Amino acid sequence: MQDTLINIHNLSKHYSIGGGQFSALKNVDLKINAGDFMGLVGPSGSGKTTLLNVIGALDSPSEGSVEVLKLKIENISAKQAAKLRKEKLGFIFQTYNLLPVYNVYENIEFPLLLLQLSSTQRKDLVMQALEWVGLLDKVKSKPAQLSGGECQRVAIARAMVKKPQVVLADEPTANLDARNSHNILQTMEKLNQLLGTTFIFATHDAKVIGYLKRKVTLIDGRVEEDITLPPRGPQC
Amino acid sequence: MIKFILKGLIYDRQRSWFPIIVIALGVMLTTLLYCYMQGVSSDMVDINAKIDTGHVKIMTHEYAKIASQVPNDLAIWDLSKFLNKIKKEYPIDWVARIKFGGLLDIPDDKRETKAQSTVFGMAFDLLSKNTTEIDRLKLKLAIVRGRLPQNPGEIVISEKLANSLQIKLGEAATLISSTSTGNMAVHNFLIVGTTHFGISNLDRNIIIADISDIQYALDMEDAASELLGFLPTGFNKAKALKIKSNFNSPQMTMLTLADQNGLGEYLDLIGIKLSIIISVFVLAMSIVLWNTGLMSGIRRYGEIGLRLAIGESKEELYLSMILEAILVGIIGSLIGTVLGLLAAYYLQEVGIDTSELLKGSKMLMSTTIRAKITTTSYFIGFVPGILSMLFGTMIAGVGIFKRETASLFYELDV
Ligand SMILES: Nc1ncnc2c1ncn2[C@@H]1O[C@H](COP(=O)(O)OP(=O)(O)OP(=O)(O)O)[C@@H](O)[C@H]1O
Ligand SMILES: [Mg+2]
Repeated sequence: MQDTLINIHNLSKHYSIGGGQFSALKNVDLKINAGDFMGLVGPSGSGKTTLLNVIGALDSPSEGSVEVLKLKIENISAKQAAKLRKEKLGFIFQTYNLLPVYNVYENIEFPLLLLQLSSTQRKDLVMQALEWVGLLDKVKSKPAQLSGGECQRVAIARAMVKKPQVVLADEPTANLDARNSHNILQTMEKLNQLLGTTFIFATHDAKVIGYLKRKVTLIDGRVEEDITLPPRGPQC
Repeated sequence: MIKFILKGLIYDRQRSWFPIIVIALGVMLTTLLYCYMQGVSSDMVDINAKIDTGHVKIMTHEYAKIASQVPNDLAIWDLSKFLNKIKKEYPIDWVARIKFGGLLDIPDDKRETKAQSTVFGMAFDLLSKNTTEIDRLKLKLAIVRGRLPQNPGEIVISEKLANSLQIKLGEAATLISSTSTGNMAVHNFLIVGTTHFGISNLDRNIIIADISDIQYALDMEDAASELLGFLPTGFNKAKALKIKSNFNSPQMTMLTLADQNGLGEYLDLIGIKLSIIISVFVLAMSIVLWNTGLMSGIRRYGEIGLRLAIGESKEELYLSMILEAILVGIIGSLIGTVLGLLAAYYLQEVGIDTSELLKGSKMLMSTTIRAKITTTSYFIGFVPGILSMLFGTMIAGVGIFKRETASLFYELDV
C-alpha cells in the first residue's frame, strides 16, 4: 500500500490577461504517492511549471483543492506556505541558483539554518549530502569555481540535505550536457531509492523521461495521459 | 544565522564596504563637528567667563548701564562688607575686579616721553596669598618674558604692546588715567613681564596690574567695578539663573554669563545648529543608504528569490536584511566614531593655531581651534549612523514584500 502525499482534485488555475481570462490548468486530478519518481511532461506552455508552483505552495489554486502533505494549499497563509516549503519540500531549478558569495558547504547548510539545527547536526547532514552527490572534495569551493554539472549537484544536495518528503525540480537538466544530465539523474534516482523521497519533475527532456517511473503528460493545461513506465534496464 | 550574515558581509565586499565607508565617513564628520563645536563653544564660554563675565556678575545699576565705558565713579563701594555678605549668601568663588582705560607713558632718562600708547587695563587680585585669579587666568602660562607682579607697583603688559613701545623689562612706566572722583590719576609702575594669551583681545594693548595698586592709583579704596562669581563645576545655566533669581538688591544688578556679550544667544544657536546638522546628516545618509539598499536588492534579486522559495518567510527575510543593516551600521558607526574621536582628541590636546586668520576679531575668542570630547561625543554620530542604515534598509527592503512567490519558478529558471 502506498501513502498519497499529494492529492489534487479538479484543480484549475486562471490568469486574467487584459480583459479576459486564461486558464493555465484545467480540471486537473492527480494523486502522487510517497516514493514516486514522476515527471510532468508536455509542450511549452502546457502548464508544467504552473502545476509545480501550486504543489510547491508558491501559488494558490483558482479552483479545486490541492492537498500537499495534509495541508490544503488553497487555505493556508503565506507563513504556513513558507513553513511547508522550509520543512517538507525541496526545490531544484534549471539555473542552480546557488548563492555566489558562499562556498559549497555554506550553500548546502543554508536550509538547515532556517530549521535552526545545531552546528554539529548541520555538519553531519551537510557531509552526508555532499557524499550523496559526490562532492566531498569541493567543500570549500565557491560556485564560480564549479562546472555546471557540479553546480547542479550542489543544488541537489541543498534540496536534499534536510531530507524533504518531496523534491520539485523544474527542468533540472536544461542547462547540462548529456553526461552531466545522466549523472545528476542517477544521483536523484539513487536518493529516491535510498531515502524514499518523492521527486516531481517538469521537463521535456527525453533523458529525464527515460528515468521516470511515472509520466504525466499535460496538454493545454489538461492531463492528457498518466502512465506508469516499466523499470529501466541497465544503460549501455 | 548571524554567522551566516557575517560571512556574507565578509565574503561580499560590495555588500559591506560601500555602506560601511559611507556610514564611517558621515559618523566621523558628525562626531568631529560635534566635538569641534563643543570645543569652540565651551572655549568661548570659558574664556569669556574667566576674563569678563564670570558665571554671574554683580555691578551697580548705574555701572551696568554704561559698563563698556568703564565708569569707575559708579563702582561698588564698601567692597569688603558687601563681599562678606554675598559670600555668605552664595558660597561660590567671588572675585573683585577693576577695568580701566588710560595712557601708558614711557619716560626716557630725562623723564621725557619716549613712547606712549593708549591702553586697556585689568586689575586682578595678584598679590594676596591664596588668590585664585592666577590659576583661573592661567597667567603663569601667559608670561612670555619676565615674571608676574610679586610686589606692589609692578605690572605686566602684552608682548605686542611691549614691542610697539620698545620697552625693556625693568623699565618704569607711568599710567595716566582718571580717578573715581574724576581727577587725573598719575601713577608709576615697574614693568616686570610681558604676556601673550593667544586670545586676540588680551593680546592687544593690555596692561595687567594687582587690584590693590589700582584701587590706590584710581582712588578706589575698598571699591571694585565688578564682582565675578564662579560656580565650582563650570557654567551651568540653570544654577546661574537660580542664583540670579534669588539675588535682590536695591543698588546692584546681577547678570549671568548668558546675559552678557550675546553668549546666551550664542549657546542657543550652537544647540540649534547642531540639531540641524545632525538631522541633515541622518536624512542624507538615509537616502544614500536607501539607494545602496535598493542596488543591493537588485544585485541580490536571485538570492532573495531563492531564500523565499526554499522557505524563508518574507518577515524572516526582511528581519535578516535589517539585522545585516544593523551589523553594517554598527561596524561603520564604530569606525566613524573612533576616527572622529581620534581627530577630536588631536584637536583637544594639540589644537590648530589660527591666530593669523583671526587678526582684528573683536570677540573674546581663542586663536587656537580646539575640540572638546564630552560623553555625548561617543554617540552623537554613532546612533544616527546606525539609524540611517536602518532606515535606508527598511525602506529599500519593502521590495521584499512585493515579491510574488508565484513567479519565483519563472524568475529562478532563467
Ligand atoms: N502570471 C501569469 N500570468 C499570465 N499567464 C501566465 C502566468 N504564468 C504562466 N502563465 C501562462 O500559463 C501557461 C502555462 O505556463 P507554464 O509556465 O506552466 O508552462 P510550462 O509548461 O512550464 O512551459 P515551459 O515548458 O515553456 O516551461 C503559459 O501560457 C503561460 O504564458
Ligand atoms: Mg516551465
